Amino acid sequence: MGRALWTLLRRDVSLIVTRRQDVLTVVAFFVIVITLFPLAVGPEPEILRELAPGAVWVAAALASLLSLDRLFADDWRDGTLEQLALVPQPLALVALAKVLAHWLALGLPLVLLSPMLGYSLGLRGAELLVLPASLALGTPVLGLLGGIGAALTLGVRGGGALMALLILPLFVPVLILGSGAVSQVMHGGDFLSHFYLLGALLAVAVPLAPLAVAAALRIALD
Amino acid sequence: MLQSMDTATGGIGEAVLDARDLCCRRGGKDLFSGVGFRLDPGSLLFVRGQNGCGKTTLLRTLCGLTRPARGAIHWRGRRIDQDDAATRELLYVGHREAVKDELTPLENLEVHAGLRGERHDEAAREDVLVRVGLAGYEDVPVRFLSQGQRRRSALARLLLSPATLWILDEPYNALDRGAVGWLTGVMRDHLAHGGMVVATSHQPIEGIRDQRTLELG
Repeated sequence: MGRALWTLLRRDVSLIVTRRQDVLTVVAFFVIVITLFPLAVGPEPEILRELAPGAVWVAAALASLLSLDRLFADDWRDGTLEQLALVPQPLALVALAKVLAHWLALGLPLVLLSPMLGYSLGLRGAELLVLPASLALGTPVLGLLGGIGAALTLGVRGGGALMALLILPLFVPVLILGSGAVSQVMHGGDFLSHFYLLGALLAVAVPLAPLAVAAALRIALD
Repeated sequence: MLQSMDTATGGIGEAVLDARDLCCRRGGKDLFSGVGFRLDPGSLLFVRGQNGCGKTTLLRTLCGLTRPARGAIHWRGRRIDQDDAATRELLYVGHREAVKDELTPLENLEVHAGLRGERHDEAAREDVLVRVGLAGYEDVPVRFLSQGQRRRSALARLLLSPATLWILDEPYNALDRGAVGWLTGVMRDHLAHGGMVVATSHQPIEGIRDQRTLELG
């Protein structure tokens, strides 16, 4: 049972990592978007510090979106998706494994880099722990939602832009809760309630989003 | 209006693969309708027809990838959309080979076996690649191989898998004469061991006796 999914997970992670280009693009995009904020807003430390949670979160959301249109497109083009639909496991689990691999290769680097970028914008102390923790809870939800968009726009010309229009509105709750958690710490508030809600979103998205992805993939394959 | 000539019906009692009155629609128009056939161990179904008559669609329907507008397909007496036993026993090599450019033929083979939940040791995989004529290319990423070699590395899955039913879409495409002969031999062996093959091709499949033809269009 687990063997097929494990093979798929390993294959996807190693394909993305050996290709290198995707990881570098996403990470570079994340860093550049964040460095645009001080350039546009000005160098006042207080303002930058106030903006930091939102800036990092917006950059993370856009960076996750950037690579998502490739999530199923490569497999669809070369016929692998057909083979994945014929795997003995349910297609929803296959989709979940693909999203997880995508997050491990492309989402996790953002989580790991975020304290450094937060620090450069003036976050200190506990804020530098809450920021990556909020991203670790939130970016998998972004990946799962994005998976639905990627599957729905499979084979559509200009699918990437369409996907962004479809998916960005759905990112809103995650964005609010994620950056809200960090803001709470900055102002001495209770960030745990935000974490609970983020966790709840993740707990709902993990079982449900793959079902939607699988349904969309079946339509794309039909 | 497309009509099909059913020359593949035969046998008495339950066939292992039994398709009845299949109708597939593409873009609001019937691609084919009233197609039916039965397939028993040891026989090959050769699907023939012009471009665009629905050969690939028929094959994908047999795999369960496309749903027929009408009709039903039974595998060992059970409908394939209700029971996934058929999926586990079939091996589909489509027009698009599902071979990853970045991986070597050896890795591609490993991934496909892994996805199907099969276990083989590396020696078995290497042996298979030698048999398909990819000796010396086992560790070369597929993007450096020719179209024919890609095809061979996809067809290597046939030799490794225990699947009973092979569904092959234009398996001879891009193959040289030697490889065509080799593939026919492999199919003959598979049939001799009680396997089944459904294949499309624009060239006749020579040298296989138990062969039925389904003419689409």
